[in-house]
Amino acid sequence: MRHTLAVLVENRPGVLSHVAGLFARRGYNIESLVVGETEDKTVSRITLVVEGDERVIEQVSKQLNKQIEVIKVNDITNEETVDRQMLLLKVTADQAARQEILQLMEIFRCRVVDIGRRSLIIEATGDEGKLEAVTQSLRPFGIKELVRTGKVAMVRGPK
Amino acid sequence: MNGAEYIVKFLEKKGVDLVFGYPGGVVLFLYDVLGRSSIKHILTRHEQGAIHGADGYARVTGRTGVCLATSGPGATNLVTGIANAHLDSVPILVITGQVGVDSIGRDSFQEADIVGITMPITKHNYLVKELDRLPGVLEEAWNVAREGRPGPVLIDIPKNIFTGTADFPEAVCNLPNRKIPLKNGLTRQLERIAKVLKEAQRPLIFAGGGVISSGAEEALAEFRGYSEIPVVTSLMGKGAIPEEPGGSLGMVGMHGRPAANLALSQCDVLLALGARFSDRVTGNPQNFLPETCIIHVDIDPAELSKNVHADFPVVSDVQTFLKLLLQRLKEENSKPTIQPWLTQINSWEKEFTLSYQQGSLLKPQEIIKEVARQAVNEPIVVTDVGQHQMFTAQYYPVKGKRNFVTSGGLGTMGFGLPAAMGAAFGRPGETVVLFTGDGGFQMTVQELAVMAQYQLPVKVFILNNSCLGMVRQWQELFFKGHYAHSLFTSGPNFVKLAEAYGVKGLQIAKSEDLKVVVQEAFSYPGPVVVECIVDQKENVLPIIPPGGKPNEMLGRWHGEAHVSRLS
Ligand SMILES: Cc1ncc(C[n+]2csc(CCOP(=O)(O)OP(=O)(O)O)c2C)c(N)n1
Repeated sequence: MRHTLAVLVENRPGVLSHVAGLFARRGYNIESLVVGETEDKTVSRITLVVEGDERVIEQVSKQLNKQIEVIKVNDITNEETVDRQMLLLKVTADQAARQEILQLMEIFRCRVVDIGRRSLIIEATGDEGKLEAVTQSLRPFGIKELVRTGKVAMVRGPK
Repeated sequence: MNGAEYIVKFLEKKGVDLVFGYPGGVVLFLYDVLGRSSIKHILTRHEQGAIHGADGYARVTGRTGVCLATSGPGATNLVTGIANAHLDSVPILVITGQVGVDSIGRDSFQEADIVGITMPITKHNYLVKELDRLPGVLEEAWNVAREGRPGPVLIDIPKNIFTGTADFPEAVCNLPNRKIPLKNGLTRQLERIAKVLKEAQRPLIFAGGGVISSGAEEALAEFRGYSEIPVVTSLMGKGAIPEEPGGSLGMVGMHGRPAANLALSQCDVLLALGARFSDRVTGNPQNFLPETCIIHVDIDPAELSKNVHADFPVVSDVQTFLKLLLQRLKEENSKPTIQPWLTQINSWEKEFTLSYQQGSLLKPQEIIKEVARQAVNEPIVVTDVGQHQMFTAQYYPVKGKRNFVTSGGLGTMGFGLPAAMGAAFGRPGETVVLFTGDGGFQMTVQELAVMAQYQLPVKVFILNNSCLGMVRQWQELFFKGHYAHSLFTSGPNFVKLAEAYGVKGLQIAKSEDLKVVVQEAFSYPGPVVVECIVDQKENVLPIIPPGGKPNEMLGRWHGEAHVSRLS
């Protein structure tokens, strides 16, 4: 099963390599990893998506906790969360197709951020399902390039 | 004050009186300052000697070992030793020099990314790029090495940090509180554990290296004395409790003592203290004691249920835990009733003894037994890695505190000699006995120079079987006797080699010389190398074949000459 871990770490050089190295040497699989500053400049948050059963995830959390710079590890897989990823996608769009693509993007509330002679760049934000749907809908037109960020997530409510 | 002066002052303030190291380009400035300080520096003859030396020193003293090396090749020569200390949880502060900050990343002369290289084999490591971070990093590193589960910590310090001057702030230990394990929940766990133990019919204590690193030797002896629960140990736990009647039944695992392994295979409650259930003990962890209730106490939460499922996981240092549990048992005036179990173990001890067959050639076991017989004042016993290590674990009854030093987790050949050297520096005036093989001895032989220089009372017994014995044994048992590259067809004259270094050299080739030569080695005050010519074909028995259960030992039983499986 896939788990989402929210890991608070000290914002220091070397932290990311310590965390990423841990995954490599213990043989855990990271599906995605996003790191960025938080409301507190001395603290960063790493959002990790990891594949594994309960036993593996428990080990991952414990090993993460052992890292000196790790402040807190939260498994938010079963929490109510808001989660987002971002996608940039370059799609083939000649004059004939352009109108249809723009309409589709309207429905998905995506933005067109660049227009070329033969292609458009689409920016989409949302959860995994939405990005999947956007990608599927554009596939028939011809996807020339696609980049996606990993997931960031936040637990709903006052917590 | 400059960075180098700050570092030396820091070490002095921490009470460091001895460091092991090897100089070179980028650390010359540090050495210049160190050379004028009160700290004694042991110049080993290879950086691997320095790191294993610091390791041996730390193991026998319980203090933090300190080791210095220069950048590039100096630092990379430490790698094996750092990994060794990491797997055996030994506190060492490693300081390496690095090229100047402006030169980092340009493949400068003697540049190696030692922080990157050692990330997976240190408890933590640091590259100090700013001078003002130096005090905080040193203080934190010192604490990280010791706190909780100990381990090696490396600080990589660029050349310009040594020379840079600043008004260094008073360092505060900013090791976050969160890294210190929580104690809540312990009381309730204790209550349940006390109950389980009281109701147990065949309880067993399994003592690991954590007993020693938490200084719980007395607590364990007391607990064992009160509860009468028998004790077995891992290789790392050997020496945690005296190996004598009323103490430990001996080591368990692949080459464990038969009664100890049988007790392990039949216990209904296992109290594992600071042990990590390595594969040398469990075989296939899936089949390991499926019926047994396992209580697992460790200071490192990540050890609990890592290899073997713990029915009662307890995050605590062993000493605190044992004291609280004993107090509880005494308050409740409860003890398990285990007389039949003790009788059973007793009869196993009588029936399934360790044995070897005497012949015309000297046997390694004979030598170890004779050395143990003649040793006075409980010497520190050190081993290298291989058959002789297992023979020592089986046949040398270790007594006293922190008196057994061996490379457990990494199994590092070449560890023995420098570790024995480090142990001798750590406990001046005490005799150190080293058992090593003709293979491993040659990996770090250069440290004989240090032993000669300081006239360290180290008695080195090379069990020379003219082969890589442990490899030969596996090839005999599991590769149909195809001895690919494990038999030495030539070797040095070990007696002359020792003498070339200024160390006394002796030889034992026949059983009748054994007694007198061992006597001679012990009565000589300084370092001695005793080459013992032993039977090449001797195997370490019993052996649990890979993946087997604790009771599936191959050995010689009931005085039979042939090897058979016990059950
Ligand atoms: C650095 C290193 N290389 C290789 C090995 C694999 N190995 C384990 S035991 C052994 C043989 C050791 O031979 P020797 O030192 O002569 O001791 P003996 O087994 O004969 O007592 C070898 C090669 C190891 N443990 N460490």
